[in-house]
Amino acid sequence: MLNSKRSKIRWSFFVFFIPVFLWLMFLFVLPNLELLRMSFMGSRFLGERGFTLGNYTSFFLEPIYWLTFVRTIGFSLLVTFIVLLIALPVAFYITKVTKLKLKGLLMTLIMVPFWVSEVVRVYGLILLLRESGVINRILLAFGLWEKPIEMLYNDASMVLGLVYTTLLFMLVPIIGVMDSLDDALIEAAYDLGAKKVVIWWKIIVPHSVPGIMSGCIVVFMLVIGNFITPALMGGKYSSWFTQIIYNDFIAHMNWNRGAAFGFLLLIISSLVIWAGMKITGQKISTVVK
Amino acid sequence: MRIALSVKNITKKFGDFPAVNNVSFDVEDGKFFSILGPSGCGKTTLLRMMAGFYEPTSGSIEIRGQDMIGVEPNRRPVNLIFQHLALFTMMDVKENIAFGLKRKGERGKKVYKKVEAMLERVGLSGYADYKIQQLSGGQQQRVAIARCLVLDPSVLLLDEPLGALDLKLREHMKIELKQLQHQVGTTFVYVTHDQSEAMVMSDYVAVMNKGQFEQIDTPQNLYYHPSCSFVAQFVGENNKFVGTLKKESSGNFSVVLENGKTLQTGMISSLAPGERIELFVRPEAIFINQKQEKSTNLLYGEVKEVLFEGGNRRLLVVVEGSSQEVIVALPKNKVYDMIKVRDSIKIGWDPAESVCFKETGVKTYVEL
Repeated sequence: MLNSKRSKIRWSFFVFFIPVFLWLMFLFVLPNLELLRMSFMGSRFLGERGFTLGNYTSFFLEPIYWLTFVRTIGFSLLVTFIVLLIALPVAFYITKVTKLKLKGLLMTLIMVPFWVSEVVRVYGLILLLRESGVINRILLAFGLWEKPIEMLYNDASMVLGLVYTTLLFMLVPIIGVMDSLDDALIEAAYDLGAKKVVIWWKIIVPHSVPGIMSGCIVVFMLVIGNFITPALMGGKYSSWFTQIIYNDFIAHMNWNRGAAFGFLLLIISSLVIWAGMKITGQKISTVVK
Repeated sequence: MRIALSVKNITKKFGDFPAVNNVSFDVEDGKFFSILGPSGCGKTTLLRMMAGFYEPTSGSIEIRGQDMIGVEPNRRPVNLIFQHLALFTMMDVKENIAFGLKRKGERGKKVYKKVEAMLERVGLSGYADYKIQQLSGGQQQRVAIARCLVLDPSVLLLDEPLGALDLKLREHMKIELKQLQHQVGTTFVYVTHDQSEAMVMSDYVAVMNKGQFEQIDTPQNLYYHPSCSFVAQFVGENNKFVGTLKKESSGNFSVVLENGKTLQTGMISSLAPGERIELFVRPEAIFINQKQEKSTNLLYGEVKEVLFEGGNRRLLVVVEGSSQEVIVALPKNKVYDMIKVRDSIKIGWDPAESVCFKETGVKTYVEL
């Protein structure tokens, strides 16, 4: 009796485990192991064949690579920070200020743009911002300026695009934690003499830290690994590290160095997240929740 | 005595619905004042107006003579203890208690000296570095109280803070809260639906119903001299008889019940013969199987249930010839141990122990 129950549990465990295992093994672990092996191999066209660290050392020896990388990380942090600054008051408004009915509507309004692909959304922004775009035409019609201004293809437009395309991924986890904040806590702080700034800084933000951290990690990872938005909205000087990887794979046919750069991106962005969690004193288990 | 809190003709309407309707009262300095009423009677709305979370539609609130209308909650000299305490779970015990002091601009060691003294006062010394989640329900209660008392408020408002505790702890905290109030001498305004909490702790109790105060009095007076039918029913247990008032030839008044039985009445206030009235008599005022005396009301009935509750034993008696149920409290001694279900029984009481009011049909759904 007891035995049969135990074996049943084991069977159900395997039923669920095997697909997951196969999925991860063939679509994640094996390809990445192959890429890892390739990243230590010489290219067919350049340099020696066989085992080499050259793919990795070239990253540090060529300033264009690591400068682009530093730029990418810097802008990713900036975008994450801006998204956070926008998401906090918006999440607060949706969870604590609006009535229940309106809450559903506002959530839907936030979700709707994400039903279309990122490319379409970015082209939507381009339609607004470009030289012959909607904003320029309106401002010209009102005579606010005489010549159309090019608002695209610079760092600012790229940041705008990245903020726009990732905002949802910050809002959802923060709305989640703010929902769980008891209104009475805010009232209690108010009752004990706190001003609004203090309530934000001492009550709302500390309570929301798990959601803020998971939102920041997701947004940072999405931004640093983004390809299409910097490519479409950034200028010719706004190069993104993923573009370098892309060029290695596609333009230079140098899969070995592309793989090496891919791993560098993974390692260093993981380090940034780890450092961020250390500084804010968060554990991965609470953030993932 | 100085007046700590003075509320005059205060009204709060939500849309057209008056949650609090023209309420006035004064609380003297250092008193324990309770507002007792069933859920939905407007007592929490009233309390939140005193704390400043709601603006009254009309009327005035004065604390120590200062007008509070339009003053933000963070600038009022009152503090509120919330129903679910609302402790800051993101901080430890000492930061919770220091929160209000720091908002007043106090800094450094002085703050934590005060915190330590306050913790000692509520019996929690040594718990300064604990997390809120590590404390038991009763300890959290004390932290919530300490967090407010450390600010030395003119009035401490409490919104059913014992409601979430289990029975044993609630009984204990009742006494502790009363003693604490006595020690610190702060004016307490306590809102509750639990009449036992209000009776045990308070100097004065206001009974509230449908947005209005029915009676403000000492617990003793509320129990023995209720001013209206609602108070008689809501405060303590009571037996209700409905009938018509009749003037006897002797000049006394009596009540004719539906089954034709006549009951002598005690005090009546501004009632005219022929009026439909409610007569109340307390379970402990009823005698069992006594020889008839001249002035005693007598009823015959059958025991439907013997309710055993440890120290308190009560009988549920169905009056002969009607469906009227009467609760009778049994004395503590074992004289009446032989009474069993289905026994025929004679019950009676002194008319002076009963009170009459005009029939209102008010019902209170309070636990027996």
